[in-house]
Amino acid sequence: MIQNKKAHRFGMVIDLDKCTGCGSCMVSCMAENNVPFKEDESRKKDSITWMRVYKLTNGKSFPDTEVVYLPRPCQHCDGKGGHGHSPCVSVCPATATDYDYSTGIVSQIYTRCFGCRYCMGACPYHARYFNWWDPKWPEGMENYLSPNVSPRMRGVVEKCSLCFHRYQLAKEKAYAEGRDEIEENEYQTACATACPSGAIVFGDLNNPSHQVHQIVKPDPHPDPMNKDVVGKSRNPKVFRLLERLGTNPKIYYLSEHEWVRKAGDNYLEGEWDKVKNHHGSASHD
Amino acid sequence: MKVDRRSFLGLGLGAVAGVVVSPVGLKLTDDSSIWTQNWPWTPVPVDGEISYDNSVCNLCPGNCGISVRKIAGRPVKIEGLAGYPINDGGACLHGIAGLQYLYDPARIKTPLRKNGDKFEKISWAEAISLTAEKLTDIRENKAPQKLACITNKVKGSVPKLFERFLTAFGSPNLYTMPSLESNLEMTAQTLHGAGNTIGFDLENSDFVLSFGAGLIEGWGAPVSCFKANASRKERHAKLYQVEPRLSNTAANADKWIPINPGTESDLALGICAVIIKNNLFDASNFKGGFNKFAIMVQREYALAKVAQACGIKPDDIEKMALLFAKAKMPVAIPGKGRGKNGQSLKEFSAVHTLNCLVGNLNKKGGAFIMPQNDYLSFPEAILDDAAETGAGQEKLASSINDLVAKLAAAENPIVDALFVYNANPCYSFSDPKRVKEAFKRIPFVVSFSSFLDETAMEADVIFPMNTFLEGIEDVPSQAGLAKNVIGLARPVIKPVFDTKDPGDALILLAQALGGTVAENFEWASFADCLEEVTLDIWDALSEEGHVLVSEGAPYGTPLVDFTFLSTNPATIQAQGDFELTLIPIDNMRLTGTVPAVSPFALKTVSDKVLTGTDIVVEINPVTVKGLKDCGDALLTTPVGAVKVKVNFNEGIMPGVIGMVRGLGHTFDNKFVSNKGVNVNDLIGPVIESGSGLDAAFGIKAKISKA
Repeated sequence: MIQNKKAHRFGMVIDLDKCTGCGSCMVSCMAENNVPFKEDESRKKDSITWMRVYKLTNGKSFPDTEVVYLPRPCQHCDGKGGHGHSPCVSVCPATATDYDYSTGIVSQIYTRCFGCRYCMGACPYHARYFNWWDPKWPEGMENYLSPNVSPRMRGVVEKCSLCFHRYQLAKEKAYAEGRDEIEENEYQTACATACPSGAIVFGDLNNPSHQVHQIVKPDPHPDPMNKDVVGKSRNPKVFRLLERLGTNPKIYYLSEHEWVRKAGDNYLEGEWDKVKNHHGSASHD
Repeated sequence: MKVDRRSFLGLGLGAVAGVVVSPVGLKLTDDSSIWTQNWPWTPVPVDGEISYDNSVCNLCPGNCGISVRKIAGRPVKIEGLAGYPINDGGACLHGIAGLQYLYDPARIKTPLRKNGDKFEKISWAEAISLTAEKLTDIRENKAPQKLACITNKVKGSVPKLFERFLTAFGSPNLYTMPSLESNLEMTAQTLHGAGNTIGFDLENSDFVLSFGAGLIEGWGAPVSCFKANASRKERHAKLYQVEPRLSNTAANADKWIPINPGTESDLALGICAVIIKNNLFDASNFKGGFNKFAIMVQREYALAKVAQACGIKPDDIEKMALLFAKAKMPVAIPGKGRGKNGQSLKEFSAVHTLNCLVGNLNKKGGAFIMPQNDYLSFPEAILDDAAETGAGQEKLASSINDLVAKLAAAENPIVDALFVYNANPCYSFSDPKRVKEAFKRIPFVVSFSSFLDETAMEADVIFPMNTFLEGIEDVPSQAGLAKNVIGLARPVIKPVFDTKDPGDALILLAQALGGTVAENFEWASFADCLEEVTLDIWDALSEEGHVLVSEGAPYGTPLVDFTFLSTNPATIQAQGDFELTLIPIDNMRLTGTVPAVSPFALKTVSDKVLTGTDIVVEINPVTVKGLKDCGDALLTTPVGAVKVKVNFNEGIMPGVIGMVRGLGHTFDNKFVSNKGVNVNDLIGPVIESGSGLDAAFGIKAKISKA
């Protein structure tokens, strides 16, 4: 019997009001994915952090200052109109990065990458990192490396894979047990499982039973204000980064604070007031 | 030969054709990709079967349950253990990075002996016999009390074994590093009598009034606090954070109340005064000194006076006090930052008095007065004459700070030998130079340490210790947790180097000493000892990995004794005459003392905290004219002066400079050492009389353009 083979769209929603900026997700990601480290990691431009936590402030002076932390993995863009042409995939001459239509994951194949870094220029989220040096672990430390993720070498670009190897392991397990589908909790990224505050909710945006779908409520129709934008959240508290570009990220953010939601894009004066109450096609019904 | 047009074109075309057809171009491209991608040098991790080992992390007093993923028996990842009563699945970045500690470049791989300025490798047998010889000399000189010991914690069988060793040897001189737990025990002793500790039911409270406690900066059991904080929204509970700086806790709180640094106890007593004035207290369990206390706070901590001292509007204080007193399940929590260093008994007591006043002791969502957990029962100590005389002696010093002061002041050595277990006072105490000097006056220092840190460097002999992944240890919950959980850290990997558990080292040492000392340590191994002393809980502990001894509010309502505060002990003032105040900042991404931060965790630290090897200090842009954001500056305190970078931060009170704790290590590890400044190098100790705590939370300072 042919099962419903509807594609997955794995994504996450990060509750910025719960995020404390503790850094567990960053370290969990590094440990999970064999991310190297070097002597000086304070130059953040060449510090490889697939998951990076940014600090946002509301720009007000003492004592009205507010601070919020924003974890930023690869946004796994669906591209304009959701057709899989994410900015990086569109420019890669080597097909080293590709869009997987069955999961929505933007892959990175290190052995194909020859280091032209077009993708880094194309990525509006600075989610990609270049290996300027060969990774070197102090004596003995290679012993903790995981065989599920290849260590990279000098000259290639790397980025968050939504812990794709965990998806593979979950599928293998399901297959061994004679199941066709995996459960929501069987495939969770390392950052989501590590978060002590439970701020990161990960799952299949196409599956209405998944928590991430229930929070995001992705709009099934294109945005009437901008046809390139699809999957806009119908939850007024949820936003995406630089949403108006039409990159259609699958990483959503949640905040009660208007200034935080406004910080998700670069609005000209007066622009925000026009869009702040617009929540996808539903608001035009 | 004549070059005409025809032959020129012919040659040219030939050359073009040659280049196109030639494999050189392809070869060069291929070579360049080979040279940019050095595959053969990249490690290929060995694959194998996946298994999971459960254990408990003891890097900090949080003691979270962990699940270690192993591949072909090799640990590759640490994650939080779902269902564990403390952290239930979550984990902090230091625990997750824990595998890096196994192979840390600063790990001590074999026993070491100091020879001149350098350490040389020796065997365990040599290290034990060398130490036993020195100790025998001390005993033969009839001065066994001159052996002292510093441990990192109070609870668990390991500190108890050190205590037992000292007792059997004949010395009462056991000292503990200040910790949130020791501060809470002292507070409980002051207000409720000895043998208690305090737990805060943060996950149920509906109004948390935090006096600078860094609930998401690593205070208490960090992951448990994170969880309680995250559930606040759903529970409609409020968090008010009183702190000079917009810490992450303050940023996450419902309200941030900036306060002049060092006036937290004044505010707490001021709130007490408001509560008493409005008759919102519950006096049913007050034992002594309440009337005197009530009169004292009305007189000394009147609203206007407190408002002036703290820099908070009187209205705001009153509102806060009424909100707190009228909340259903309010709880006030003391301990600035991580609540370890720079705390005073006055402040802890003043804050906890708020809990006592509103009658939320031993009630859901309040403060739990928990009897100190006594799950261990050691066989009675066997003492010889020397031990009995030694044990009868007065302790050399009333506190560890007093010990350091006395060591530094004495002309002749007052301590002949010192054991240091898992503590790094030569880094974490105010003005650590002074501690190093004091250590130099001790003829024989034995360090029980996993890492060659600042204190281990001062040792004469080092016993290398297992990390939490290699050894076995019982880890009782502590540090303000409102549950009583005993966890068992179990080896997930055989020791990577020639290291042992502290208990095993002590057993070997005791047996080498012989006599009654050996009789007190007649176990084949520490594991045997643990099985014997944990008695009836051992079966559950070894099977489940933990025992949940108690949960929920303890039975009965404890009495409250106001005697200590009713005398209005002095508030500790920051040392110095400069205009600004330098305060230390606890940052979740950096560790406290032992162990130092891991490379992974340091990688997450912002460039607004550390840039290159320069430390960045936080300062409000209006504080000092002439400074530039990201510019260089010279920071001067009465204790020292350092070059720093400046970060303009609107989230810090004008007049306050913030510097992070946990940087500026000086031992040999290029990934984490010699980066930034140790803030303790700039702060001098200010000892609170009575408690003996070093209560200096910061120091007066000035900053100028460099």
